Amino acid sequence: MRAPSWVRVMLVHLVLLVVTVAALYPVLWVLKMALTPGQSFAVDPWPIPQTVTFENFAHVINTETSEGGWLFGRQLFNSLVISLSTAAVGLALSTSAAYALSRFKFVGKEAGMGAFLITQMFPGVVMLIPLYLLLDTMNLLDNLLGLVFVYATTSVPFSVWTLKGYFDTLPRELEEAAMMDGASRWQTFTQVVLPLATPALAVTGLFSFMTAWNEFILATTLVSKPEQFTLPIVLQRYVNDYNAEWGHFAAGAILVSLPVVALFFALQRYFVEGLTAGSVKG
Amino acid sequence: MTALLLLLATASASEVTVWHSYSGAEQAALEQVADDWESTHPDDRVSLVALPFGGFDTKVDTAIPRGNGPDLFIAAHGNVAKWVLEGVIEPWTSDTTGIAPVGLDAFTVDEQLWGLPIATKSLVLLYDPSRIASPPQTTDELIAMARAETADGHYGLAYQAADPYFHAPWMHAFGAVAIDDDGTVSLDGDAQVQSFAFARRLAVDEGIAPTQPTGELVSRLYEDGDVTFVISGPWFTADLSRPVAAAPFPMVSETGLPARPYLTVDGIYQAKGAPSPELAQDLAWAIASAHGAQTRQDVGGQAVTWTATTGASPLVQTLRTQAETAIPMPTHPDISAVWEAQAYALRRVMRGSASPERAGREAQARFEQLQQKDVVEVSRSPYIAAFGVLLLGLVGMLVVRLRNPELRNELAATKWDYFWIGPAALAMIALVVTPFVLGAAVSLYAYQGGEWTFVGLSHFSDILLSRDFPITSPMSFFYTLAVTILWTVTNLTLHVSIGVALALVLREPWIRMRGMWRALLILPWAVPNYITALIWKSMFHAQYGAINKLLAIVTPGPGPVEFDWFAQFSTSFAANLATNTWLGFPFMMVVTLGALQAIPKDLEEAAEVDGAGYLTRLRHVVWPLLRPALLPAILLGSVWTFNMFNVVYLVSSGEPDGSTEILISEAYRWAFSRNNQYGYAAAYAVLIFGVLLVYSRAANRLVGRKVL
Repeated sequence: MRAPSWVRVMLVHLVLLVVTVAALYPVLWVLKMALTPGQSFAVDPWPIPQTVTFENFAHVINTETSEGGWLFGRQLFNSLVISLSTAAVGLALSTSAAYALSRFKFVGKEAGMGAFLITQMFPGVVMLIPLYLLLDTMNLLDNLLGLVFVYATTSVPFSVWTLKGYFDTLPRELEEAAMMDGASRWQTFTQVVLPLATPALAVTGLFSFMTAWNEFILATTLVSKPEQFTLPIVLQRYVNDYNAEWGHFAAGAILVSLPVVALFFALQRYFVEGLTAGSVKG
Repeated sequence: MTALLLLLATASASEVTVWHSYSGAEQAALEQVADDWESTHPDDRVSLVALPFGGFDTKVDTAIPRGNGPDLFIAAHGNVAKWVLEGVIEPWTSDTTGIAPVGLDAFTVDEQLWGLPIATKSLVLLYDPSRIASPPQTTDELIAMARAETADGHYGLAYQAADPYFHAPWMHAFGAVAIDDDGTVSLDGDAQVQSFAFARRLAVDEGIAPTQPTGELVSRLYEDGDVTFVISGPWFTADLSRPVAAAPFPMVSETGLPARPYLTVDGIYQAKGAPSPELAQDLAWAIASAHGAQTRQDVGGQAVTWTATTGASPLVQTLRTQAETAIPMPTHPDISAVWEAQAYALRRVMRGSASPERAGREAQARFEQLQQKDVVEVSRSPYIAAFGVLLLGLVGMLVVRLRNPELRNELAATKWDYFWIGPAALAMIALVVTPFVLGAAVSLYAYQGGEWTFVGLSHFSDILLSRDFPITSPMSFFYTLAVTILWTVTNLTLHVSIGVALALVLREPWIRMRGMWRALLILPWAVPNYITALIWKSMFHAQYGAINKLLAIVTPGPGPVEFDWFAQFSTSFAANLATNTWLGFPFMMVVTLGALQAIPKDLEEAAEVDGAGYLTRLRHVVWPLLRPALLPAILLGSVWTFNMFNVVYLVSSGEPDGSTEILISEAYRWAFSRNNQYGYAAAYAVLIFGVLLVYSRAANRLVGRKVL
């Protein structure tokens, strides 16, 4: 193609810059609040802090339990364990289902696919209390395993949707060749298909991880022991009706967001392909 | 027998669990009291659980009846009548000698004490002792002093004028009450209307107070030395670094009566079914009395109900003086409906969108709409019969289909396929479908005063026939549905157009540092959305938000811009929209980038050779290939946006007057404020699901393939 004029190149880069600044502005603001001493909400619109201190971060990180234990570390550990398990359980549940929906022709397949997506339309508000009662019956209340199961199932529909789309685009010839060589369906799936599906697995794994990492309403309701609390519950306590510790909130918000942002950047090369390969084929 | 139990309880190591929502100094004091108690009870442990303030009541309501509650919990007296009705608490039968009677009164229901009062809280008049020597005795004096204090950026008075709790002192001084003992409410009465007019004058017309004062803004102003008088409570002083003095409320000059704030009493409740009640009572008494009370006063700054503490700070002494004239917060079940209606009136008066008289009349009307109606029980038998017929029909259909030999052969041939999908399907049925069906079943019941009554489909008919509200009122289902649809359409339009535009730009081969741009532009997606929502809400603040500050830079003319974004539907909706667009465009951008990669370059090059310009190529080559790839993402995105609770709830909170509420946030309000009308909320949820189901079927048909 022809090379565009330098005016156009400049203009387009300028537009990109403006949009990016707009996208980053609130993030910079949070950063400013976290780095500025005190608990007040940043007032002037300039998002660069005048004085820099790490005391807000120190406060959040050094919070202790009533027994003098390291609360932040405990909760970070909980959040990590729950989120990683959610990603693992979510992927385990959804990959085989997505593969079946992509490759097999069984009775009720269409309805099954529809049913997965329909659950995305359930309004969460009414499910809170029944979910509590159910987990209580299953003895999974106050139990990290209970939270993991709930989060993993919540993430299944989107994962199935994304993975099925991706599997649809993989050529069947490879699988057919493997099966001709005597591999079973399951072996073909785990040894041929899954390695090819890395981008989609990375994306769905990340989203399952995020579901668990960011959630606090269910976590507050289903868990009552401070040693089992996750990070977002703690963050919630900094801003309430009476009192807002914006500095601590902002520092906590950054600490909570950092791992997800890091994962985003690490996995973003898979994003473009993993998220849409399926839908392109239509 | 009791002695034996006590012996057993103390002999084996026991743990007493206490739930509370204290933070800061109050939490520290409580922890110290617990430590002291443990040192005198070497075999026992105290487990203090600090829960977020927001979810506290719901947790008490759900956990205790199932036997998962704590031994004790600390909460205000506001819900005592409700918890008695629900049977989640035990009466307090032990000694209470030494506790102030005002506290005991608050916890007495039907002449029985239901909790051990530990501290009182009420609003007082706080002021900056470096600027004011002696506090005002009347409101005229207060206004005069505040006027003298007001000058460029410094305010005379700051308080949350539109909040019914902060309005109560004036209301009581004009002789009005929120709700009578017999449940009568007259928000349109003369006394009430006069108090609205007075509040308007104090908070707006005198020009001595900042606009849109939230609690945290008031703290910040005081902390920065930008305000002289503040109306607030003991929590205000907890983390303050500047000195502050307190005085009881002044007399209202118009009526000659003292302004009397509400009194809330914190108390220790004993949860029903606690395993070792004697031990729990022992701990409760240790917290409430003598040494525990002294610690809470000295370390936690609480105005304790234990009368024999010594050395109270001037602030605590003021709180105790104010407690003598303060009016205990009403516990009538309708009180939450009164708050909502009164807040509605106050906001309208402060904003100037209604006169006090009109606001009073409208608030009264709103209260009557929100008030729990008398529940009429209906017979279950027709519903059971209908359900039975339906079930029978389904089973019949299944049997008929299974008798088809072709289908049976097919099933037999593919039976192993079901194992692939089984785990996911079972998990979904157990943890998603079942809770939803149970939740939906609740819509056939009405919940009132701790009891469930079967009302059949009457919630649905009330909602769909708009029986309780005019159809154009923001409270009606159809109004909210219209807003929700507008919300979904505008959001998706913006998400898709911004996302596609950015993707098209990023695709160009001559873009420098493509990876960096892409990484930075997906950042909004990575930040948890409740954090984003809280930040954006503050950025839209009229006086201190960044948006108005930025506007002030770009608009000509001197002086700050103080545009109230949440005062009218259009801008309030726009604030929600801006927040959600910020959250939503990266997803569409990434999806588009993926779809664009799949478009063969040679196709476009061929078009270019044929002389097609950029726009022509976009329209005739790129778009036809992009569209089918984007459709599924758009449809899924529309379902998510339709139910996007966090942004609406946290940014506009429905302002003004509930008009920007969407269906899901409205359902939440029915369930968790407005008296826990769970049945009504569940009916809303079922209708939301119904609307989305119809939408998805229609969308599939429109697109001509199954995408949703």
